Amino acid sequence: MSIVVIDYGSGNLKSAAKALEAAGNNINIGSKIVVTSDPKIIKQSEKIVLPGQGSFRDCYLGIKKISGLNETLNELVLEKKKPILGICVGMQLFAKTGYESQETEGFGWLDAEVRKINNMNKKIKLPHMGWNEIELKQDNFLFSRIKNKTHMYFIHSYEFMTKQKDCVIATTEYGNSIVVSIAKENIVGTQFHPEKSQKNGLIVLENFLKWKM
Amino acid sequence: MLKNRIIPCLDVKNGRVVKGINFVDLVDAGDPVEQAKIYDEQGADELCFLDITASNENRNIILETVKKTAEKCFMPLTVGGGVRTLEDIRNLLLAGADKVSINTAAVNNKNLVKESAEKFGSQCIVVAVDAKKVKENKWEIFTHGGRKSTGIDALKFVEKMEAMGAGEILLTSMDRDGTKKGYDLDLTKKVSNLVNIPVIASGGVGNLEHLRQGIKIGRANAVLAASIFHFGEFSIKDAKKYLDSKGIPVRI
Repeated sequence: MSIVVIDYGSGNLKSAAKALEAAGNNINIGSKIVVTSDPKIIKQSEKIVLPGQGSFRDCYLGIKKISGLNETLNELVLEKKKPILGICVGMQLFAKTGYESQETEGFGWLDAEVRKINNMNKKIKLPHMGWNEIELKQDNFLFSRIKNKTHMYFIHSYEFMTKQKDCVIATTEYGNSIVVSIAKENIVGTQFHPEKSQKNGLIVLENFLKWKM
Repeated sequence: MLKNRIIPCLDVKNGRVVKGINFVDLVDAGDPVEQAKIYDEQGADELCFLDITASNENRNIILETVKKTAEKCFMPLTVGGGVRTLEDIRNLLLAGADKVSINTAAVNNKNLVKESAEKFGSQCIVVAVDAKKVKENKWEIFTHGGRKSTGIDALKFVEKMEAMGAGEILLTSMDRDGTKKGYDLDLTKKVSNLVNIPVIASGGVGNLEHLRQGIKIGRANAVLAASIFHFGEFSIKDAKKYLDSKGIPVRI
């Protein structure tokens, strides 16, 4: 069985794949990491990772451009309940609507919107760039072995806003409280970049690889 | 709380690490991937590679260096030097860079920053500004590794770059670079207050107190240094311990 990293031209693709390989080696998991946009290969996979970098709109249009990818992901995630991890804009795409550059529809798997972070009258700088502590809001497999207030690496100007508070598993403080990790059944996501968060980031990826639904 | 970042910078020429003193005398000091691994283990918050390879035929060596580093170090990596086109940026990002810094081309090609921010997102576009003090409260932009004056006012330039979509400013004082006298704090503070994007202070670090000044007085979000870390004078851990003891928020 394989873990697929969805290739739709996102910049952090390779880093995500390499970090997943390293995480897989750390826990001796046999799964192969495959980078692909081929719906056939994605259908046969065990788990899906959706990386994302750049704007919400560009990323979603990038996915839509690949024939059958959008439909395949919807089917696998909503009907087949295949585990999926979204990273940064990858997680943001799970929302219904994004407002980066212009209003853009997302997958809509969660009742959420993606809006620009409030810069508190220029009191805080954007992008939210660097290492910030995450506050764990619920017990979740994704953060097993991760202590509360662990630092993770962020680089984003837009935030995931949801009324589905039961799906929020971690937040961080940047001006306001920002949602940085979500989980709903087979769907998980991180606003931070586990593939860039050194040892603790790899632990998050290990947890995802180990996850049994 | 978001922490101040400490960023070691490696000057890379033809795939080897060097550090320029005022951009002139180069001292060869090792393999960039090995150095990067050491900084990763020490808990550096980001890494920066500055490619100073002169000849075009050797330009692709940096992509190999970035690739090898990104396979071993799972931490943020900024790469700059000789970035001129959207294609250069794309190649570096695909090789594993998280951010690309643009210096001379940001001055010469007005649209590059705008186009690259639109294409790849502001978050990965760093504008590297080399500024030299020309009179009291006035700094001018220099390009080509600090050799060529442009007559452009540094403060106006950074504001323009922010408006064009730059996600971060890497601010180097040409007067201080290689001197070990500390950052140009006036310049750093002016730029940090002017723009609402993160600013990295660079140029002139000779001791750990200079890092504190860059953050506390210069109001920089991140501090970059090369030789004090590179020649083993101080480790990243030493720097963080020092800053923490002075009440500066850092990731320990």
